[in-house]
Amino acid sequence: MCVSVARPYSTVARSPSTPLPLRSKLLFFLSQHFYDVEQLRCLLHPKFKGWIQVSISFHTSVPLCESFTSLAYVFALWFVFSSAVARSVSHRFSGQSEWFRPNEKGKFSWDFVNFQEHPIEEVDVSGTVINCTGLDNLGTAKNLRTLSLRGCREVDDWFLSRLHIFQESLEELNLSGCPRISVGGLCALHHLRKLRKLDLSSLPRVQNPGLVRILLEEVLPHCHITGVEYDEGLQAFQEEKDSEALSSTGTGA
Amino acid sequence: VRFDDNRVEVTKEIHAVRAMPGSDWQPLEITPGLPPERADVVIVGGGVVGWSVAYWLKRKERIRDGVRVLVVEKDPTYSQASTVLSVGGIRQQFSLPENIHLSLASAEFLRSINEHLGVLNEDPVDLQFNHSGYLFIASEKGAGIMEENYRTQRYAGAKVTLLSPAQVKEKFPWLNTEGVALASYGLENEGWFDPWSLLNALRRKAISMGVYQCFGEVTGFRYSTHSMPTDDSHQMSFKRIRYVNVRMPNSLEYQPVECAIVVNAAGAHSGKVADLAGIGSGPKDTLAAVPVPVEPRKRYVYVLHCPDGPGLDTPFLIDYSGVYCRREGLGGNYIAGLSPEEEEEPDTRDLEVDYNFFQDRIWPLLAHRVPAFECTKVASAWAGYYDYNTFDQNCILGLHPLVNNMYFATGFSGHGLQQSPAAGRALAELILDGGFRTLDLSALGFERIFHQEPVLERSIV
Repeated sequence: MCVSVARPYSTVARSPSTPLPLRSKLLFFLSQHFYDVEQLRCLLHPKFKGWIQVSISFHTSVPLCESFTSLAYVFALWFVFSSAVARSVSHRFSGQSEWFRPNEKGKFSWDFVNFQEHPIEEVDVSGTVINCTGLDNLGTAKNLRTLSLRGCREVDDWFLSRLHIFQESLEELNLSGCPRISVGGLCALHHLRKLRKLDLSSLPRVQNPGLVRILLEEVLPHCHITGVEYDEGLQAFQEEKDSEALSSTGTGA
Repeated sequence: VRFDDNRVEVTKEIHAVRAMPGSDWQPLEITPGLPPERADVVIVGGGVVGWSVAYWLKRKERIRDGVRVLVVEKDPTYSQASTVLSVGGIRQQFSLPENIHLSLASAEFLRSINEHLGVLNEDPVDLQFNHSGYLFIASEKGAGIMEENYRTQRYAGAKVTLLSPAQVKEKFPWLNTEGVALASYGLENEGWFDPWSLLNALRRKAISMGVYQCFGEVTGFRYSTHSMPTDDSHQMSFKRIRYVNVRMPNSLEYQPVECAIVVNAAGAHSGKVADLAGIGSGPKDTLAAVPVPVEPRKRYVYVLHCPDGPGLDTPFLIDYSGVYCRREGLGGNYIAGLSPEEEEEPDTRDLEVDYNFFQDRIWPLLAHRVPAFECTKVASAWAGYYDYNTFDQNCILGLHPLVNNMYFATGFSGHGLQQSPAAGRALAELILDGGFRTLDLSALGFERIFHQEPVLERSIV
């Protein structure tokens, strides 16, 4: 849909007594608020849904009472569930073995408000566009044990540098398929002393995955790192050496 | 304007309407690379601070081409520029709240750098930011100051934590905690990055927004003077810069650029540029005799190779003796340095490196603090200038009282890179809005120099 507004150029000025027709008034109003219309169009168009960033933040510097803080992130969870992009967000409370997920149609049950006192243990936000401002919503989840960020394309090094808030509790972290993560962010993971499982498969910006795995294992001795083999990143060098050897024998002979 | 690699090709379409009075169009272009004859703001110095001011000026102008900005840089190769020779760290662990706010705002800027400096159809900016944090170590003497600084930093919003010697040993087992009373560790927004990428990103975006770039040296100012009597009927003379003389490289030819505002962001050479404007050359014991207290100071940086050194968790370590060290890359390389004492300041005529300084001063302290560095070798070294503020080692941001249109953004004393985005925004607010809007940095103006009230920063590296 393309809306174009053209102001008619005429040598005869329109007399002020005749009012503009409704359609012209509407188009003129829309043209005055061009950027608002653009934003609305972007929000509603299904192709651009991925641009919505989940980033409301609550500042509860002193938790007034336990239920208030859990209410805060209940609201956060509600917002995350109900936003159009969060199809795959799911979470599990401690003491429960079921996961709360939205079904295929995007509907989710409100049962999770019954569990306000239970701290959140596992969060799976894979495939969403969560970024480091959105991490503030999980800031009150002090007992978070598992965090899955598989395929989150807005998770970058700054996001990883903020994960130190979970340093006492986080045991499993899945970072596979995040295109923005590089070594600069992975070196901030040494805060997570309790980390037991780390998944680093398919990180395109990490140049030497094998070397990074070795260095991370030195820094996090109890952590088991999956998704990366020790000799990844070395093959390019070996191929270069082979091709050099071939070309030198070719020119020598 | 098309931006091609590192060269700007300006394709001008000559229409008759462009040859109106007041335009730049010349029928004969004799010397390539001359700056325009007229500019609204001339920024002297094309380092990260100068380009940051240019970018923010263009970002804050409300009409397209509302402000014509010209950045004049002496050296197109940036061979001696402090920006590119910098170690590249950013920290919020200062004692002055203004410094903390500047660094925090700059970290905010760097976090969303592609929103700010992304150019259509060009590669996104990659700063190679290592989020490793700074670790300051204090002895018994400095522990009290460190605690006070910690309170100031937390109040200003920096994410810093204090560690006891036992906690330091547990977190960093390769560190020798002898003599350590307290340590301060930055958890977020601290680390190091590539200064050249930031400079190029700012430059590319500013040029795409229409900033003019000229390679030449500022050799003089033409200014008009007018005097006014003070309350006790002394005559004070105020200058207003009318023209900036920009001399072309390897030539005697110069172009006087008519300008409204001059920004001195010349880094280590800011003192010389201020002298050209006649600052500091007045009669003795008057305000006009106070020079701008910025001078170049040479600092050495050594690249070490140590295969058994600390691993991926190495922070930017700063010992109470002043020696600093950080990891560089993944191959067991480290960067180390030390600020020399006042008496042993090296000669600033050139950028030659003194390797004995490492052997005699740095290596004993470093090997004491990190025992793995006892068997390390110096792979290479370089030297760069600090634009050192001899008055109180903090930046000078603001208008000079005696030169009505000269703004200063200099004297960062080693913190220029990490404070440049926020300092550029502050100066653009001063120029276009008339006052500070986002951060109140009036404590860093010229008043403190004239009143002789230093605003001291206690943790300088």
